[in-house]
Amino acid sequence: MLSIIRTLWDVFLHAFRKRVTIQYPEQKAYLSARYRGRIILSRDPEGGERCVACYLCAVACPVDCIALQATEDSTGRRYPEFFRINFSRCIFCGYCEEACPTYAIQLTPDIEMGEYSRQNMVYEKEHLLISGPGKYPDYNFWRVAGVKIGGKDKGQAEREAPPTDLRSLLP
Amino acid sequence: MATVYIDDKPYTADPAQNMLFTSLTLGFNLPYFCWHPAMGSVGACRQCAVKQFRDENDTRGKLVMACMTPAADGTRIAIHDPDATKFRAGVIEGLMTNHPHDCPVCDEGGECHLQDMTVMTGHDYRRYPYDKRTFRNQYLGPFVNQEMNRCIQCYRCVRFYREYAGGRDFNSFALRDLVFFGRHKDGVLENEFSGNLVEVCPTGVFTDATLKHHYTRKWDLQFAPSICTHCGLGCNTSPGERYGMLRRIVNRYNGEVNGYFLCDRGRYGYECVNSPQRIRQPLLRREGVAQPVSRAEALRAARELLAGKQNVIGIGSPRASLEANFALRTLVGPDHFFAGMADDEHRLLTKMIQVLRSTPARTPSLREIEQCDAVLVLGEDPTNFAPRLALALRQSVRQQPFAATDKMRIPRWLDHAVREAVQDDKGPLFIASTHATRLDDIAARTFRAAPTDIARLGFAVARALDTSAPATSMSGEAVALAAQIAQALKTAHRPLIIAGGGLNSESVIEAAANVARALDTVGKEARLSFTVPECNSMGLALMGAAPLSAAFAAVKDADAVIVLENDLGRHMPQPALREFFERAFHVIALDCLTNATTERAELVLPAGTFAESDGTLVSSEGRAQRFFQVFVPSGDIQESWRWLCDLGALRENSEMADWKELDDVIIALSNAIPALAGIVNAAPFSGLRLAGEKVPREPHRYSGRTAMHANINVSEPKPPDDPDSPLSFSMEGFPDQPPSALIPFFWTPGWNSIQSTNFYQKEIAGPLRGGDPGARLIESGASDGSGYFIRVPQAFAPREGEWLVVPAYHIFGSDEQSLHSAAIAEVAPKPYIAMNPEDAVLLALRPESLAEVKVDGSSYRVQVRVRPDMPKGIAALLVGVPPVVGVHLPAWGTLQPAQLPVEGGPERAA
Amino acid sequence: MISPYPAVTLIAVLFGALTIAGGLVWAERRLLALWQDRYGPNRVGPFGLMQTLADMIKLFFKEDWVPPFADKWVFIMAPAIVMFTVLMSFVVVPFAPGIIISDLNIAVLFFLGMSSLGVYSIVLAGWASDNKYALLGGMRAAAQMLSYEVFMGLSLMGTVLLAGSFDLVDIVNAQRHMWFVVPQFLGFVLFMIAGIAETRRLPFDLPESESELVAGFHSEYSGMKFGMFFVGEYIGILLVSSMITVLFFGGWRGPVLPPIVWYFIKTCFFLGFFILLRAALPRPRFDQLMAWGWKLMLPLSLANLLVTGAVKLAFFH
Repeated sequence: MLSIIRTLWDVFLHAFRKRVTIQYPEQKAYLSARYRGRIILSRDPEGGERCVACYLCAVACPVDCIALQATEDSTGRRYPEFFRINFSRCIFCGYCEEACPTYAIQLTPDIEMGEYSRQNMVYEKEHLLISGPGKYPDYNFWRVAGVKIGGKDKGQAEREAPPTDLRSLLP
Repeated sequence: MATVYIDDKPYTADPAQNMLFTSLTLGFNLPYFCWHPAMGSVGACRQCAVKQFRDENDTRGKLVMACMTPAADGTRIAIHDPDATKFRAGVIEGLMTNHPHDCPVCDEGGECHLQDMTVMTGHDYRRYPYDKRTFRNQYLGPFVNQEMNRCIQCYRCVRFYREYAGGRDFNSFALRDLVFFGRHKDGVLENEFSGNLVEVCPTGVFTDATLKHHYTRKWDLQFAPSICTHCGLGCNTSPGERYGMLRRIVNRYNGEVNGYFLCDRGRYGYECVNSPQRIRQPLLRREGVAQPVSRAEALRAARELLAGKQNVIGIGSPRASLEANFALRTLVGPDHFFAGMADDEHRLLTKMIQVLRSTPARTPSLREIEQCDAVLVLGEDPTNFAPRLALALRQSVRQQPFAATDKMRIPRWLDHAVREAVQDDKGPLFIASTHATRLDDIAARTFRAAPTDIARLGFAVARALDTSAPATSMSGEAVALAAQIAQALKTAHRPLIIAGGGLNSESVIEAAANVARALDTVGKEARLSFTVPECNSMGLALMGAAPLSAAFAAVKDADAVIVLENDLGRHMPQPALREFFERAFHVIALDCLTNATTERAELVLPAGTFAESDGTLVSSEGRAQRFFQVFVPSGDIQESWRWLCDLGALRENSEMADWKELDDVIIALSNAIPALAGIVNAAPFSGLRLAGEKVPREPHRYSGRTAMHANINVSEPKPPDDPDSPLSFSMEGFPDQPPSALIPFFWTPGWNSIQSTNFYQKEIAGPLRGGDPGARLIESGASDGSGYFIRVPQAFAPREGEWLVVPAYHIFGSDEQSLHSAAIAEVAPKPYIAMNPEDAVLLALRPESLAEVKVDGSSYRVQVRVRPDMPKGIAALLVGVPPVVGVHLPAWGTLQPAQLPVEGGPERAA
Repeated sequence: MISPYPAVTLIAVLFGALTIAGGLVWAERRLLALWQDRYGPNRVGPFGLMQTLADMIKLFFKEDWVPPFADKWVFIMAPAIVMFTVLMSFVVVPFAPGIIISDLNIAVLFFLGMSSLGVYSIVLAGWASDNKYALLGGMRAAAQMLSYEVFMGLSLMGTVLLAGSFDLVDIVNAQRHMWFVVPQFLGFVLFMIAGIAETRRLPFDLPESESELVAGFHSEYSGMKFGMFFVGEYIGILLVSSMITVLFFGGWRGPVLPPIVWYFIKTCFFLGFFILLRAALPRPRFDQLMAWGWKLMLPLSLANLLVTGAVKLAFFH
C-alpha cells in the first residue's frame, strides 16, 4: 500500500524533470554514421562505380524493393544498367548493405525523404549514386577480383601471380 | 540388391553402382566435383571422401573416395565421420587457394556447384597468404565464355567435350596446378554440344556467353517446363525470363529424352524470342503498306474478312502446337484445314507413321538409342538435322565394348578404367549418307552415295537378313557392306535403324522399314527411329490433313486464307509462293517473327512463341510433351489458339465458344482425333493443386517484386493468372517437388546448381520421380503381315550436264527460328553448294567462288565448296539458310559459275 | 432547487460533459507525457489543444466497418449503450445550486443503477464481435464490474446514513459543516477504487488489456463506434470524479468563489489523480483483481457500514 503511494509520488515528481523529447524539425537529433537511413550507391577511390550488379542486395531484400539489371562496358567491367529502389517499400533493415560484397550500397543517416506522392519514392540510379566512397574510403573490389577490366590486366590484382605461360616446359 | 551401411544405418543399394551414386540416390549431402552422373567416376577431385569400415567391429576405418567404392553388399561407410569431414573441408580449402575473388561478377554465382560444396563443407576463410595463379582467357565463340582463373581442375569439361561429345579442338594443357583447359588457340568451339560445358563445369570457368549480354541470376528468373522447338526430337528445356525478356535456356532433365545434355541450337536458339523481327502488334496491310493497328481494329478487320464467309481455308504448321493446329481446324472445318507441309514432306511423314504402326519395331527414345549396340543410319546427317540424336549415337557405340569390360569385371561407372580397357574399340555404327557427317569418326563403315543408292543399300541389308525380302542388284563392294551391316545388326542385342526426313526420300524410309522387318523375321527385336524436320511435324502428320498442294488448289475459291505460324516460303519455291499470293486475296497470318508470309498477308496477328504460350508437341519418337508458358508477353501477343478462338467468336463458332482454357482445347482435340487421344497424359491438367497450391514458376528467392515495375507505377500489379496450367506466375506456391512434367527448374536446399537434378530422380541418372514426362502416342503393333516394301528404286546414274542436288543441313542455320538468334547467326554458314573435286573441275568452279544453281524452278547464287567426300554427279546444297528456302530436294539441277555481280560501277570494272 | 430553465441546463450539461471528455483526452495525454518526461501533443493548435478535434475528424472519416462475422445489430447497439448509461447518470449530478437536471430523491440509487447497466454495453460488444479476444474482454468486464459494483454500493451507504437521504442535493447540504471524507474516509477510498474499476481505467483495464487481448472487447471496433467507447470511458471518469466530489468533498460548497467553480476545482483534482494512477501503477492479474474485490473490499465496506451505523445509532439517534 505504501509502495503504491510512494510510486504515485515519484511519478508525480517527474512533472518537474527535464523533457527528453527532441522538438523535430526545429531541433535535429544526432544520427550516427552507421544510422540506417536513405540508401546510396558509392564509388570506389578511383571514382568508378562500385556496384558490380551482383544482385545480392536484391535477393537479400526482405521486401524485394531493389531491382536492377547487370551490363558490362567494353572492357568487361560490370555495372548496373539500371538500379531502382522503391523506398515506399523499403524497411531500412540494412540487409542490402550487409549483403553487398563491394561496399557499393550503403545506408546513410539521412531520414528526411517523405513525399506526398508515392511515385516520388522510387529512386533510380541517378538518384542513388553519390560521388564518393561513403563509409569505406579505401576498398576497391576490382583490385582483389580476378577478372580483367580496363586498366587492370590478368595477374595485376592483389595477391596474384602473373598469368601462366602455357608454353613453358618448366616443372 | 545389396545392403550397405551409411553412418551405421542399413540401406539397400544397387551393387552395380558406387557409393557416391548410392549416397546421392538416398538423399545424402555428399560433395563431389569430378563425378558426373552421365560420365561416371574418375576419382580425380578427392572431394567425396568418406570413411570406410571393414565391419561393425572396425572403429578405425580408412578414408576412401565414395565415387571409387563399389556399393558391394555389406559396405560400411561414414559420411559424417570427423576425419572425412575434415578431409573434405581440406580439399575445398586447397582448391580455394587459387580461386579468384570473383563471385559477385561471376555468372555462375547463385547456381555454382563449387559455391554449394564450399558451403556444404564449411570452408569460409582463405588462410593461404600467397599469390593466386592466373590465366589468360581464350575466345571460344559466341556460345561459351571462358574465365580460366576460376578453374578447379576437375577435368569434367575435357571429359565431356572429348570423351562424351567427341570434340577434338579442346583439351587440357600445361601441368601441375597450372593445367589449362581450352583450345590450342582462340577460336569458336567446333563441337555442336559445347554449350553443355556451361552446365558440366562445376564453377564459373565456362558460362553462357549469350546470358552475359543480359545477365540475370538463376534465382531471379521465371522458369517454366518447356520443349525445344528447334528440331523434331523434343528435348526438354527450362527457359528463364526476366523483365519480359527470355534470358537463357538450360537443360531440363528427362531421363527418356535428352537426359543431361542439349545441343547448342536448342540452348542458344532462344534469342529468337527477343528478336527485333518479332511481331508484337497486329499489322493491317492497306494499299500494300502494313500498319500497326490495335487489337480491336485487327479484330474488326478480321470480322470483315471472315464473318459470314463460307469458304475460309486454314493452313496449319508443323512448328505450331497441336492445340493451335486443332483450333484452326475447328475454326475452318476439317475439310478446309491443310497441313502446311510440302507434299513430299507430307508423304514422307505419313509413310513414317504407317511404317511405325505396322512394322514390328519400336520407336526408341533417345535414352534407348544410347543403349543400342548396333546402329544403321540410312541417309541422315543426325548432327545437323536432329543434333541431340548424334550425341546419343556417340554413346551407343560404347555399348558393345562394354560387353568386354563387363567380362573383365570393370564396373561401367569406373569411367577411365573402362576407357583404358576399351581404347578405340567401338560398336558397329554404319552411316549411309550423301556426304560426310560429323559422326563419321565413330562409324565402323560409311557409305556415300545418292539417295536411291542409299535406299538400295537398305534393301540389300534387309535381303541379307532375310531372303524373302526383295532383292537388289548391287556392286560387289556394296553387297559386302550390306552383308557386314546385316551381320552386325543380327548379332547385336539392341539393333537400331535410323532414317528420316533429311533426305526427303520415301524409298529410304521403306528400306529402313524393310531392315527392321527383316530383323524381326530373324527374331531380333529391332528399333526404328525416324527423324522429322520440325518440332511438331509428327503431331501434325498424326492429325491427318491434306498437304499444301491441296490448299493451293483450294485457294482460288476461298474467301480468305488463315495461315498459322507458317512461312509458306519455306515449304514452297518462290514462284509457287508468288502464285499463291496472287490467287489468295485475303490472307490472315498468325506468327511470331516476320517472314515471307507475314510480309504479304493482309492481316498479321502477333502469336506467342514457345515461351509465351502453352501447348503440346509430338516428337519424332511419337512422344507428346507439353510446354508451358514462361512469361506473359507485353502488348497484344497471345497464344495462337486464343487468337483463333477470337476469330471463332467472329464466325460464331459454337464449339470454340466453350474454349476458355487450354484444357478445353486438349479435351476437344483428344475426342476429335483418336490418334492424339493420348496427349491428355502428357502433363497434368490445369486444375491440379498440390497441398491446395499451384506450382511456382519463380524460385522462392525471386527478387525485386516491389521494384521491377515501380518505374511505371509504384503500386505493384497483381501477378498474372494462369488459367491454362497448374503453374503460377509467382514465387509462392507448392514448395516441394512437383510432378515431373511440371518441374520449372531444379533446386534442392543446399544444391543451387543444376546438380540438384540428383534429388529429383528415382535414382541418379534414372527416371524422374513419378516417371519421365511425356506420353508415347505411337507403339508398334505385332507384325501385321503387310510384308516388305517391294519398290526397290533404280540405281543412281549421273547425268551429263545435270547434277543431282541433294539437301545438306547445318545445325546452325537450317532451322528457321533459331537463325534469328544472334549467337546462332554468327556461326551459321552462308549458303553453299558442295561437290566432288572432279565435278568442280568439270564445271570450272574454284573453291569459295560463286556458283549459279538452277534447281526446282529457282536459281540461287551460292558459294562453292569442293569436298572429296561428295559422290560424283551429286551436289549438296545447304538448305534452310535464306535465300535457299522452300526448295524441294533432291532434284536435278544445273550448275555454272556465277557472273560477277556488277555492283560498284565503272571504277570496279576498271 | 431545480433550474428554472431545465432545457438549457440539459443542453449545457450534455455539451459540457462531452466537451470536458474531449478536453480530458488531451489533458490525459499531456499529463501522461508530463509524468514521462515528454511533451505530449503540442502541435495542433495552441498547446496541442486541437489534437482531440483532429482525432475526432479522423475518426469520423474512418471507414465505418462492421466485420462480416459480427452480430450486426448488437455490434452497432453496444457503443450506444455505454454512451447512454453514462450520460443518463449526469441527470442526477448537482453541479451547483440550481444547475441540476433532475433532483431525484433516489439519485444515489439511480446512479448505481445506471452504472450497472453500463456493463451490458461491454459484454454485448465482446459477444457481438465474434472474436475470441473481444469475448474474453467482455467476460472479464462482466465479472469485474459485477464484483466491484457490490461494494461500490455498500461503500456509499455510510454517506447515505450520515446524510439520511439518497438525494444528492441533500447529501451536499449535509456536508455544510464537515466533508464526509472525514468521517467516511474508508468509504471514500473504497468508492474511488470501485469507481476506477467500474470505468475500466488503468490499473483496472483488464477488459481491454492491450498487451494480452489486442484491445479486448473493442478489438473489432473502428471509426466512430470505437470513438463512442473511447468518449464513454472519459465521460465515465468525469462522472466518477463528480460523484466523489459530491459525496465526499462537499460538492459545490466552498468559500469566496462561486459554487460551480468549486465544483470544477474539486472534480479536476480527482481527474488529475486518476490520470496519475494510470501513469504510475501497473495492471494486476485478473485473479488478484477478483480476490481483492471479494476478499478485501467487500469485508471492508461491510465493516465500514457496520461501524458507521453503530456510531450513528449510538451518538446521533
